[in-house]
Amino acid sequence: MHNLTKNITSLAKKSALVLALASSFATPAFAAGGAISGGPEFKHVDWSWAGVFGTFDRAQLQRGYQVYKEVCASCHAMELVKFRNLSEAGGPEFSKAQVKVLAAEYEIEDGPDAEGEMFMRSRKPKDALPSPFANDNAAKASNGGALPPDLSLIAKSRGHFSFKDMFMGRDGLSGGPNYIYNLLVGYEDEVPEYITKYYDHKNEEGLKADPDYTESHFELGDSNFNNFFPGYKLAMAMPLDDDSVEYSDGTKATLAQQAEDVSTFLMWAAEPKMEIRKSIGIRVLLFLIILAGLMYAVKRRIWENVRH
Amino acid sequence: MSGHSTYVPKSNAGKWLEERLPIISLMHGAAVSMPNPRNLNYWWVFGGIAMFMLIVQIVTGIVLAMHYTPHADMAFSSVEHIMRDVNWGWLLRYTHANGASMFFVAVYIHILRGMYYGSYKAPREVLWLLGMLIYLLMMATGFMGYVLPWGQMSFWGATVITNFFEVVPFIGDDIRTLLWGGFAVDNPTLNRFFSLHYLLPFVILGVVILHIWALHVPGSNNPLGIEPKTKQDTMRFHPYFTMKDLYAIVLFAIVLFYFVFFNPNFMGHPDNYIRANSLVTPPHIVPEWYYLPFYAIVRAIPDKALGVAGMFGAILIMFVVPWLDTSKVRSAKFRPAYRIFFWVFLFNGLLLGYLGQVSTTDDFLGIHGVTNLLISRIGTIYYFGFFVVILPVLGLIEKTKPLPNSISEAVLGVEGAKAEAEEMAANESKA
Repeated sequence: MHNLTKNITSLAKKSALVLALASSFATPAFAAGGAISGGPEFKHVDWSWAGVFGTFDRAQLQRGYQVYKEVCASCHAMELVKFRNLSEAGGPEFSKAQVKVLAAEYEIEDGPDAEGEMFMRSRKPKDALPSPFANDNAAKASNGGALPPDLSLIAKSRGHFSFKDMFMGRDGLSGGPNYIYNLLVGYEDEVPEYITKYYDHKNEEGLKADPDYTESHFELGDSNFNNFFPGYKLAMAMPLDDDSVEYSDGTKATLAQQAEDVSTFLMWAAEPKMEIRKSIGIRVLLFLIILAGLMYAVKRRIWENVRH
Repeated sequence: MSGHSTYVPKSNAGKWLEERLPIISLMHGAAVSMPNPRNLNYWWVFGGIAMFMLIVQIVTGIVLAMHYTPHADMAFSSVEHIMRDVNWGWLLRYTHANGASMFFVAVYIHILRGMYYGSYKAPREVLWLLGMLIYLLMMATGFMGYVLPWGQMSFWGATVITNFFEVVPFIGDDIRTLLWGGFAVDNPTLNRFFSLHYLLPFVILGVVILHIWALHVPGSNNPLGIEPKTKQDTMRFHPYFTMKDLYAIVLFAIVLFYFVFFNPNFMGHPDNYIRANSLVTPPHIVPEWYYLPFYAIVRAIPDKALGVAGMFGAILIMFVVPWLDTSKVRSAKFRPAYRIFFWVFLFNGLLLGYLGQVSTTDDFLGIHGVTNLLISRIGTIYYFGFFVVILPVLGLIEKTKPLPNSISEAVLGVEGAKAEAEEMAANESKA
């Protein structure tokens, strides 16, 4: 009985640990690649900004902004990002003069002036990036009823946090930018074979089990097929292709390159303080670890002559 | 509380104050000269850690409230304003959000330690009740705090939880309307939640003071679960336990700040970075992790009213544990059968936590034909069975191991304790 008790106790302890680990897989949002197997693999990009010491690549952020500006911005707003952010430390770090020029390309309504009239003026660094539509209804009307989401926080509001992300300072966020990357490269012109095969198989099995079974098929309708969008049917047409933009720094604008660049830019937009956060974090943790060592030494010294 | 104080004021000002308000001897009795069992292990540090976390939450929360706007149209943007424009705002918010989680981690360990070592038994029932009251208040505070950023999960979480109150007989509708401040979750809901979220932590602080008071009357329990008998069984609180607690707090802070600086969104939900939208329901509405076992229970019970009763019952039943447990022996160290049931209870709690955030209709861990719902039901039965069957019955039939004569004998052995006692007596007579 005694040994049994001991064994069960230690087993329970072990299983509790295993379960604690398993339940950390808190993965409600998305199953990347969807439920149907056989599609292309979900790629985990080797981001420069991942990890405890990871930082953004300025040139990549600047290229990412270019992709956003020239492609995404025609439908997607970024209302939380201001032009001045583009010159702040830890971001694309355009010069202040460059940002003034970038902002001045767009107008904004201001006022009322002394006569009580509203007027248009060019944007300044303090203003937000321009929204392509006046309001959500206008956005929907221009996009076949679908609302293009604001991209300010998209990198944090998509994807799942995996257990792997808990360690190594992976930020628990790399799911989001990875999802964006895969989505951008995950379009297909036609419904791929693994989907049709899946439905053929399902119908075959269904008919076998029940002669009155009604067949179901994958109907794309007006949507676009994307391997990584939940449900595979995406209202947004493939936004990027090779050479959708022309990079001024000589980087070859392949689809994958643009997707990586813009995903990184969106990550920065969602988490503009990431670099300072990590750099302070390293110092804070080092300080705390040394402090803990000292505290332990003092504690041991105090308890030295006490058996407990 | 002041009963243990050995404080004698030396200065005139000290004497003057002591005669009028003996607050210094009160504090001295509580945190300096209070005798504590010498054999406390590291599971006893989590009370101090929880206290530390409460202070972290109050300090960061007060500063956050200076920058936050409790309005349905502005709350989300004001949180992002804190993250982007307020100096160190990101640090305050991430510390507050992760601090809430770590506060619950500390409190859960603290509660489970009490259950393992039977700390709730006489004469510590009031101490336990006050602790449970703190836990209940924390649940309410945490829930309302999660609503404040007004993201999708805030809004829909609030909708789900407030709708639970609908099942209260006769006055359910009225309670819900009162919680909402209207006929749906909207701006008035956000306003009253903000007001209460600011108020409740101070109520918690008040109950914490009562909790500490109730601790200092009978003193701490200890891993052996036997009362200290002689001076030899205890140590002064300061410097022995103050130093031990401080060391533990620093270790705990390392874990907290790992999350704050390197994984700040791990314990949050991505959907809460989407503005609240009453027209779009998220595919899965998941509460914060610390409610998940209870969420699994509410979903496991087929009837809504019974489910809600089960969920609240699961928390309320913890209040009566001192009277459900019939065993005369406190510590699980001497209760071989209870120890098994305790670990299964812990495992079951984690299992329910896992089940609280997966779809009920899916297969459990991919095992064909075994749904998560089925496992949730088994887990729920064990959860309640532990309190209403195992605790009362086990105390009556369990064959416990013999208890040691005293704490010092258990620590030093019979001879060692004798030698130390003689040494102490010799020192005293010398002095």
